[in-house]
Amino acid sequence: MSWTLAMPEIVLAVAGLVILAVAVFPKRDTFFPASMAVIGALLLAGVLVLGQEEGTAFGGQYVADGFSSFMKLLVILGGALGLLLALDWNEKEGLGRFEFSVLVLYATLGGMVMVSANDLMTTYLGLELLSLPLYVIAAFNRDDARSSEAGLKYFVLGALASGLLLYGASLVYGFAGSTNFDRLADALTGGEPASQGLVVGIVFVIAALAFKVSAVPFHMWTPDVYEGAPTPVTAFFAMAPKVAAIALLARVLLGPFGDVAAQWQQVILLVSMGSMLLGAFAAIGQRNIKRLMAYSSIGHVGYALMGVAVASDEGLRGLLIYMAIYILMNVGTFAVIVSMRRQGRAVEHVDDLAGLGRTDPGTALWMAVFMFSMAGIPPLAGFFGKLYVFLAAVQGGFWVLATVGVLTSVVSAYYYLRIVKVMYFDQGVGALDRAPASLSAVMAGTGLFNLLFILWPAPMLAAAGAAAAALLT
Amino acid sequence: MNAAGFPLLSLLTFLPLVGAAIILSVRGDDAVVARNARWTALWTSLLVFLLSLILWARFDRGTADFQFVERVSWLPEFGVGYHMGVDGVSVLFVLLSTALTPVCILASWEAITARVREYMVAFLVLETMMVGMFCALDMLVFYVFFEGVLIPMFLIIGVWGGARRVYAAYKFFLYTLLGSVLMLLAILYLWREAGTTDIPEIYRHAIPAAAQAWIFFAFLASFAVKVPMWPVHTWLPDAHVEAPTAGSVILAGVLLKMGAYGFLRFSLPMLPEASAQFAPLIFVLSVVAVVYTSLVALAQEDMKKLIAYSSVAHMGVVTIGIFTFNQQGLSGALFTMLAHGVVSGALFLCVGVLYDRVHSRDIARYGGVAGIMPSYGLVFLFFTMASVGLPGLANFVGEFLVIVGAWRVNPWVAAGAALSMILGACYMLLLYRRVAFGRVTREDVRSLLDLSPREYAVFVPLVLVTLWLGVYPQPVLAVFEASVASLVQRHEAALSNAARLAGL
Repeated sequence: MSWTLAMPEIVLAVAGLVILAVAVFPKRDTFFPASMAVIGALLLAGVLVLGQEEGTAFGGQYVADGFSSFMKLLVILGGALGLLLALDWNEKEGLGRFEFSVLVLYATLGGMVMVSANDLMTTYLGLELLSLPLYVIAAFNRDDARSSEAGLKYFVLGALASGLLLYGASLVYGFAGSTNFDRLADALTGGEPASQGLVVGIVFVIAALAFKVSAVPFHMWTPDVYEGAPTPVTAFFAMAPKVAAIALLARVLLGPFGDVAAQWQQVILLVSMGSMLLGAFAAIGQRNIKRLMAYSSIGHVGYALMGVAVASDEGLRGLLIYMAIYILMNVGTFAVIVSMRRQGRAVEHVDDLAGLGRTDPGTALWMAVFMFSMAGIPPLAGFFGKLYVFLAAVQGGFWVLATVGVLTSVVSAYYYLRIVKVMYFDQGVGALDRAPASLSAVMAGTGLFNLLFILWPAPMLAAAGAAAAALLT
Repeated sequence: MNAAGFPLLSLLTFLPLVGAAIILSVRGDDAVVARNARWTALWTSLLVFLLSLILWARFDRGTADFQFVERVSWLPEFGVGYHMGVDGVSVLFVLLSTALTPVCILASWEAITARVREYMVAFLVLETMMVGMFCALDMLVFYVFFEGVLIPMFLIIGVWGGARRVYAAYKFFLYTLLGSVLMLLAILYLWREAGTTDIPEIYRHAIPAAAQAWIFFAFLASFAVKVPMWPVHTWLPDAHVEAPTAGSVILAGVLLKMGAYGFLRFSLPMLPEASAQFAPLIFVLSVVAVVYTSLVALAQEDMKKLIAYSSVAHMGVVTIGIFTFNQQGLSGALFTMLAHGVVSGALFLCVGVLYDRVHSRDIARYGGVAGIMPSYGLVFLFFTMASVGLPGLANFVGEFLVIVGAWRVNPWVAAGAALSMILGACYMLLLYRRVAFGRVTREDVRSLLDLSPREYAVFVPLVLVTLWLGVYPQPVLAVFEASVASLVQRHEAALSNAARLAGL
């Protein structure tokens, strides 16, 4: 029992309080310095995560291992890059209030707690700490009806999901006698099938987490919230909470419930296939690029969940690689979407990109890279993300899952290609404003990652392999 | 190290990317950028071609082993490595790719006026992908290049294509992707079975007979679309018609060969039993392709579409040859692929010459061109004859060998393959008669200029190669003789092995 183990989270929480206290006093706008301080705090937390020892703390409530480090770095990356995207946008939209950056910090902190949860109670704490700031920043543009609607919708459904989680946790406690993951694992290593009540409990927990990762059939909120929330918030939604919830899902299912995989595997299989199918087909008709990205993210979650569904070492490794690459494709795509402005006004229709290939070749090139990468076309990074989950599915003998996966990736290629088509083949409707430097830098950085990942995939694969091994031993 | 003493294949593969990077770095107004882009692309592709001649010179014709081999460890714990090498089957396709690229760039010299820089970059990236694909000796590397071709080709058709370019680009991309992802599943299966993606390594690994049929069909899905075989050929006429001239040349010259090459690299050596078992299916599909697409070609009013359908028919002959599993059939298939690459590429260039001047591909729009453009009429006639299979020109040698090989398997299949020559003569001569002979009906046709020096530079090498392949094919046949012999031998050994096991 050593509280110093949780140093990254503690530092981040204290830094959040300090920033909140300091930023209140000046009369003038403190959004930019506060954001910089938050990004600094996140980087510091990232460094601390890298140096974190392994072990459990707080009476087994909190765990730090290779898996948690990997996922926490992704969460922090998602948080920091999400805030970076918001810098310019919030100033231009008149949303430049320092509370925004602090809320992002606390949401990220919640995600980190979720990743390190080793008990259903910690799970719940982390989930709520993640969700409450998200409800607020979804409705951060409070004078905009769509944004308020997004916040409210997310809150109502999110509260429902929290309820499901609590109910599932209490069922698990009632039937297995503990909420601690280690003790649950001990209790369930008999080899005999789990009791009915426990299975119901697991399904409730899965449902709550599936809501957070917006997997089918708990995805209904996603398009509306993604469309209504301010664009950088949408970007943040698509990254940090998703990674945290996926990490938690993997830890819960493969850790304590790993020995009763046969009981829940079918559920995840269906959720995964449903997400891939819906993500592929429902996005085809979308005209709003944020809605399109919402469906695209549903599809991506389906691919990532393939890694959980196969319940193996390879599957978990594939999942980790997928999430890492997903974050870096997604942040780049959203950098482009955030930069879409015409005469100072934000635009968000796919057709607004028309002719971008001529008017802004740089942005168009990066967007094309992200789109081909999301479609999973080699030699871009997105291909490797898909490759490793498909490999895991094939190794586990999940042929139906793998076949659905490759076929839906062809269907989804259609709408990614449509964006390339609009940018390069269509006649322009007038140039978009020049992207600010911060966004261009994010685009170029993540674009280069997607292009050049093929040259040095080994370090990330090794890190993901080590992280997966840490969870499964 | 390898016979060249330096990593020649990687240089051939990635040098075009260097050219592309140089083109991207050019600054200035549009005219300057366009001129620089053209010249840089031309010099880069010529340099690559000259380097690839080292392959021709230093290639050891006596062995079936992989040569110029390069290995770099990439993902050792997964059994994946960057492994390049060529054997008799692939080396000539590398040369075909490097030879056709400068021709294409010359052919687009004046035809492409918008976004020249992007066009040249796309072409050089395409060359990288093509050469890399033919050199790859690792399934994953192969797949990356095989799929990577889609991106530049999608843009070439979509940005610089004709009126229905968007439809054609989508159709091309999605059709091919659908086939390829099924191949990816097969590759993943083989990866799991063998623990490596190294192609020579997998050759030594016997695939269980029960799984072979599945794997075979997964590969077939990909290669049949790429070849293309009937009934999944419908993307080809659209893509050909809408692509710019040079895009059609590359499509017909090299991209179609990727499917047939895939059969030779994967299906035959890795899945001998399934290949033998399903050969009748391939024969039927191929003969249907020959007859059906030839008849369709007869009815075309669009020159490019006609030649596109003729490509499907010629590729039907190639697939027949591949699945005869004997020396003549396989050599004939390889030779037909090369000859078709040159001749149909040249035919698309011939259409391009008229299209650049009149901006119409409508056959009825022309007439009497031979009288007005005598040199052009001669060149067009030459390639028409080559495509028909006139003895002494390239196609004849390959198709004749395929027919001989097919006869040894089944005379009816040979008859089907022979139909390609008869029907080919019908539609090609019809095309030539309607375009080149007859009375001049349109005024603007009367004022057409004959071939320019640039166009001579494009056609002369192709004419020489076609003649050389037709008159003295032995140097080319010798290149793949050893590889084909070992392929046949391995195939027969695998089959007799399987028969022995079945007899036990």
